[in-house]
Order: sequence, then C-alpha cells, then structure tokens
Amino acid sequence: MSIDMTTSTDTDTDTDTWTVVCAATLLTPDRGVAALVNGTAVAIFELSTGSLHAIDNIDPCSGASVLSRGMIGDVDGVATVASPMYKQRFDLSTGCCLDIPGLSVAVHDVTSADGMIHVRMRPTATVAGAR
Amino acid sequence: MSEGFENVAGVKSCTKAGTGCGSCLPMLQQLIDAQLAAAGKVVERRLCAHFAVTRPELFETVRATGIRTFTELVARFGTGRGCEICKPAVASMFASLGSGYILDGEQASLQDSNDHFLANLQRDGTYSVVPRVPGGEITPAQLIAIGEVARDFDLYSKITGGQRIDLFGARVEQLPAIWARLRAAGLESGHAYGKALRTVKSCVGTAWCRYGVQDSTTMAIDLELRYRGLRAPHKIKLAVSGCARECAEAQSKDVGIIATERGWNLYVGGNGGMRPAHAQLLAEDLDDAALVRAIDRYLMWYVRTAERLERTATWQRKLPGGIDFVRRVVIDDELGLGADFDADMARHVATYECEWAATLDSPERSARFASFVNTDTPDPTITRVTIRGQRLPAEARA
Repeated sequence: MSIDMTTSTDTDTDTDTWTVVCAATLLTPDRGVAALVNGTAVAIFELSTGSLHAIDNIDPCSGASVLSRGMIGDVDGVATVASPMYKQRFDLSTGCCLDIPGLSVAVHDVTSADGMIHVRMRPTATVAGAR
Repeated sequence: MSEGFENVAGVKSCTKAGTGCGSCLPMLQQLIDAQLAAAGKVVERRLCAHFAVTRPELFETVRATGIRTFTELVARFGTGRGCEICKPAVASMFASLGSGYILDGEQASLQDSNDHFLANLQRDGTYSVVPRVPGGEITPAQLIAIGEVARDFDLYSKITGGQRIDLFGARVEQLPAIWARLRAAGLESGHAYGKALRTVKSCVGTAWCRYGVQDSTTMAIDLELRYRGLRAPHKIKLAVSGCARECAEAQSKDVGIIATERGWNLYVGGNGGMRPAHAQLLAEDLDDAALVRAIDRYLMWYVRTAERLERTATWQRKLPGGIDFVRRVVIDDELGLGADFDADMARHVATYECEWAATLDSPERSARFASFVNTDTPDPTITRVTIRGQRLPAEARA
C-alpha cells in the first residue's frame, strides 16, 4: 500500500507546502507519532510494510488529540488505526471511520525524503467532532 | 441478528454497542452465542479475525513453541497482520511469560492505550499516575513527596479504592519528569495501567488493632511485592484482613485472605464492578508458606487458561466442577501442574523490574514520551478549570 500523492491541484497554493516534521528514525513501525503542523495536530504512522500515512490527530469521537496513540489494525487487508479512547477504527488511507458510517478524519500527504518525514496538509475539512 | 449479523463486529456496525466503556461486550457475545445456538448454528470461539483459536489455546501455543514475536505468531498460527484485539492479548501473554521491557522492539506496537505510555489515559488525552503503595502502607516522607509532585506539576489528586493515590492531568511529555521525582522518593510503578496485579489492600492487623489475630499488613506487603508486575487476562486485586471483621473487604477480591487464630483462610474469585461476585472459600487455616503456594498456583493457572478480559470470577464459574475443581488442582495438585505453576511464579518474582525505573534508566526509552515530535509546545487542546481547589478538564462542572 502506498500513499496517494496526486490530489493537490494548482488552485490550492496555500496547502502546497511540505513541512519537515522529524527524522524518519523517530518513527516506530506500526505505531504513530503526533506533529504540530501550522497549529494542527497531525498523526503520522509508518506501517511495518513500509507505507506512511498521515491523518488528523483529533479523535472526532472523543474530541481528544490522541489518534497517533492508537493501535494499527488490519481489517480484511485495510490498514486502520483504532482510537485509544473508545476504539473506533479509521481507515488510514481514506480517513473513513469503519464503525460509524459518515464519520471521517482528514487525510494528509506524507513522504520520507533524505531521512526526514515531510507532511503536506490537505484542505479537506474534518467532519465536525465532539468539540 | 435478524438482519444477518452473526458476530460482535457485525452487531457493533449497526448499533452503538461497545463504543462507550465496552463493558456491554461480554454480554453481547453471550447474547449472540445464545442466538446462534438456538438457531442451530455453529458458535465460533475465536480470539478475533486474525486468530481462529481461543486465548487459552493461543497461550499454550506461545508457551509450547517459545515464539516471542507477534509477526512470527500471526504468520505461523494466524492470518493477516493483527488488530487492536489480538495484539494486546498476545502482548499480555509475552509479558506473563517474561519477555522483558514491554515497549522494546516489536512489543511497542502491541500495547494498548494505557500500557503504551505506562499510565492511564483519561478523557482529554492526558494521563493519570499511580505509584505503588504496597499494602496501603506509606511513610510520611513519601506522602509529602507525592503531594509535592502533584503541586509542582499541577495534578488533580484523588485517593483510589485500592489504598493508593492517583494523580491526574499529566501530559505525555511530563511523565518521565514526574516519575523521576517519584522514584527519588523511593516509589515505583503501581501498574494501574496494566491488566496486571493492582493492589493488595489490608487493614492494620495485630500491629495496631485490638481485634487482629494475624499481621495482615506485613502479609499484604509481602504478597504485593511478590506479585507486582504480573500481567494477566484482566486486572487482579487482592486483600488481606487481620480478623473475621474483614475490614479489608477481602471477599470482594480476586484473591482474599482472612486471618484466623490458626493461620489464614483463602477466598478466590471475587470482584466488584458491573457484576459483583463474592469470593469462594478455597482453603482454611493455611500457614504462610501454604498460603503463598496456593495463591501462586491459582494465579498462574488463571493466567494460562482464562479468556481475554475474563476476570477470575467468570473463569472460575465456567470451570467444570467450579470451586471443588479449583481446590483439587490448586491444593491437591490433581493435574500434576503444581511444580510447573511454581516455576512460572518463581521466574516472575526473580525477573520483576519497575517499568518506570527501566524507562528512566534509558534515554532512548524516555524519548518516546513526547506529545509532538516536532515541538515542545504542550497540546493546545488541553484546557483546565479550577474546581474545589484543583485543576480539572475545562468541560468539568462544579
């Protein structure tokens, strides 16, 4: 599984910047870290398969900034993170919640280059959460 | 189920079951099993989508093969890459079998919300911290140290039901500094974050009480130091009362000990919680050594053979023959497993280390405790109000 890097359009100049967040060595396979990018908390995951994923860190079910601390799961081949709060699962590629239809979190672009992790925020609005 | 869903995941997908505290899930499983059985269908007993066996079966596999990585276990005995159900269950098995620091290497990816940061996750994403207070006995200097830590880190303080002190509102990045202070005061991890031995509650016994017939405090401390850190299918609580007045409420614990004129009466399989259970009398008038041996064997048998998140009361009720069977295995050693259980517990006692000491002694392990990888800025979503002189989440009301 690899991250879809083709979504940015030329009209989204504000979101076209990549931010360096940390050294790639700081990531633990099948665990997440959180980064603060332009004031927004982003959860970044490196899977043991090598793929990278980034989603909003705020768990829409609890309102807490915790998704980076969830456990990575495999639901029929789909990579998920389960919120550490109440365990709802989110598809890491689409941001869609598998347990609550219609609920999703924003997905962001993430890549590794020159030993560093880079994140680019996507403009997708987060579905309104508990806060 | 009339809509065609035949498992917990299916019913969860179309209802709100299991999205709050999760305590309805065992009941939901029972309902589904009963409905399937009534419909003449096969009742599936599997840990999750990735392992088609029960927890006790998987535990025996882990024990017999010596496999100590999840990757190898799921490749040889499961399918896929695991989930939030099987990973913590397997992590607990590895820990019960003595696999060292629980956050090293691949084990880091297996730990559930609380074990992941060796603290208890609270509703706003902060953590609470509980130092061990063996038997509930604490020196004035340690009480002062805990108070000073709470004051200096602005933590909300509350006395727990297990004769300890819980400090709430710590951010992830504060945990190592908090524990460095607690450790300097001679305190260690209380494992409140683990499915593990929690506390051994006690009364003051013969040391102070006019009615005590045995030294319940010393026995409680000895037992807590013996079993501290033992991971299990669920949390384990003990209590020791110094006389029949039962001030330590031992009969509501997984293992309860009540002093007699001649020794100790041992009760097993009690708990509080959603479905309170009264512990059952296993043996009477045991001396110290016989008491410890019986508890060693009971706990190790439970660790090996209970289902995931199954407490001793339920496990014991489901055993064929109930408490009589427990007595035949634990006291009479009818299955010949006693020496095996004894060896398991001896290894646990010999290899115990405080997980917070092990964290603080390693800069690499301590470095994991960060809110953000790219800044020291505290999490901006965490806000506080002052209520009754203490700091609470901003949503709290006076």
